[in-house]
Amino acid sequence: MRPDLGIIMEWIAAGSRVLDLGCGDGTLLAELTRQKGVHGWGIENNPHDISHCIAQGVNVIEHDLDQGLAEFRTQRFDTVVMSLALQAVRFPDLILDEMLQIGRECIVTFPNFGHWSCRHDIGLRGRMPRSDFLPHEWYNTPNIHFCTIADFEALCRKKNFQILNQRVVDRHYRSNPLMRRWPNLLAEIAIYRLTR
Amino acid sequence: MPDSIPPDSVGIVTPQRQRFDLPLPLDCGRSLPGFELVYETYGTLNAQRDNAVLICHALSGNHHAAGYHGMEERKPGWWDVCIGPGKPIDTNRFFVLALNNLGGCDGSTGPSSLNPATGRSYGPDFPMVTTADWVRSQACLADHLGIDRFAAVVGGSLGGMQALQWSVDLPQRLRHAVVIAAAPKLTAQNIAFNEVARQAIMKDPDFHGGRYLEHGTYPKQGLRLARMVGHITYLSDDAMGQKFGRELHSDTLRYDFGTQFQIESYLNYQGEIFSERFDANTYLHMTRALDYFDLAKAHGDDLVAAFRQARCSFLVVSFTTDWRFSSARSRELVTALVEAERNVSYADIEAAQGHDAFLLPIPRYMELLRAYFDRIANESWPVAAA
Repeated sequence: MRPDLGIIMEWIAAGSRVLDLGCGDGTLLAELTRQKGVHGWGIENNPHDISHCIAQGVNVIEHDLDQGLAEFRTQRFDTVVMSLALQAVRFPDLILDEMLQIGRECIVTFPNFGHWSCRHDIGLRGRMPRSDFLPHEWYNTPNIHFCTIADFEALCRKKNFQILNQRVVDRHYRSNPLMRRWPNLLAEIAIYRLTR
Repeated sequence: MPDSIPPDSVGIVTPQRQRFDLPLPLDCGRSLPGFELVYETYGTLNAQRDNAVLICHALSGNHHAAGYHGMEERKPGWWDVCIGPGKPIDTNRFFVLALNNLGGCDGSTGPSSLNPATGRSYGPDFPMVTTADWVRSQACLADHLGIDRFAAVVGGSLGGMQALQWSVDLPQRLRHAVVIAAAPKLTAQNIAFNEVARQAIMKDPDFHGGRYLEHGTYPKQGLRLARMVGHITYLSDDAMGQKFGRELHSDTLRYDFGTQFQIESYLNYQGEIFSERFDANTYLHMTRALDYFDLAKAHGDDLVAAFRQARCSFLVVSFTTDWRFSSARSRELVTALVEAERNVSYADIEAAQGHDAFLLPIPRYMELLRAYFDRIANESWPVAAA
């Protein structure tokens, strides 16, 4: 299992009601159901991933996140998860709002654009950052709203979101004391648990 | 006519008939003193009797869902693309049951059947039947076949509405509901199209107040028109444009009102074939059953409350160019199901063919059904009803 999913799983209570935005092949929900008896639904718009979810018995709903979550506004979830998709949606601030409207808590993971390698690429090389982890060119990337950890926390303050947990890791989901001391410079991925 | 039976066909099938000599109370307040259902089965019911799949038909469908009635039959059953050995609903694994609904015109008790009270055909006296009535009658057939609980109840369009009705009315008797190109109830526009169809039939001078059989005739022109209107709503603008565009039947404009555009001759042909095989009173009944279908009505007009009755898992499927029962209608079902905390998956299949897409072998659609039925076949579940 992807290590980020392990971290997310720690933060989800057994038996809770979970919505996973951009659930991919349904691995997280399948594990949450198996290990924690969670009742979960995924939202995905990739037909291949949707078939994969269905084959393994994961509830999956075809939907484009850029259309917003208005259809689910009457719903109440314990936790709404969005793993590494925030940077790819058109309105990240609005989707965070909606996640906390329909969910008591939300868990968001995103790549940190403040990482030293990104700063190096832009600051010294004068080029948009590219790596194995973020392999796209500027013109074909699905990632249209990069932010840094500092940016994200500023948005949380502006919106009065309460940060319940934060975890910062590298691309292999490892952490170290230096990274925790200077997350915005040294972390590649940030994982937040928020509530209102 | 098939030259030979394809290996993934269920082959030559023979319809069966079951008589039920018990009164069936109906939603309209009347009851049928007894009734007959015509059905077909494909595959084998296993020893645990837990591999049965019920196929519910749409407006003009019947019990002949797969295979051939004989080598002289031109086309196989109406959902042959989906049912057969190795097909998405795999008859090597599932026991598939398809029947002709009450009120139908393909052998089950309907308006053309003999009314035991009068000794003549029911005609306009046939009681109004609803999706809930159909579910009750289908359950009688399931009892007869020894099926306590279906692995899945499946249907498209009006068939999908029956699957929904099953999930709410008889929750213990199905594990999955597969609801394709359906809606929780009809819109005013849907009802409007049905009314045009009914008026075309009832205003035909050969309708004779529904007693046309006794006059040795039937409202052929009305049925033709009804089907033509219906057919327009089953296709998308794009599909019609691609297939016919403004193509002419003849080389030049003739400056008269005869059939000149390809779409005209296509609709006329479809209407003609349909009018030769379908019964006018049945058409009235089927469209009325559609109009009356409203899953939430018996639950305080609350769709979520209705779905709280359900115990099964749901697969909901829609098609992007279906405007008769649009994707938005399927999403109404999905959001209500999630709110009712039911297991539900939903796919909106990209397809140009409009409502008709639910009958066609669209690759992604077939792959999805295959994945879902694989999962049904492989899942473990308690023997006793939950």
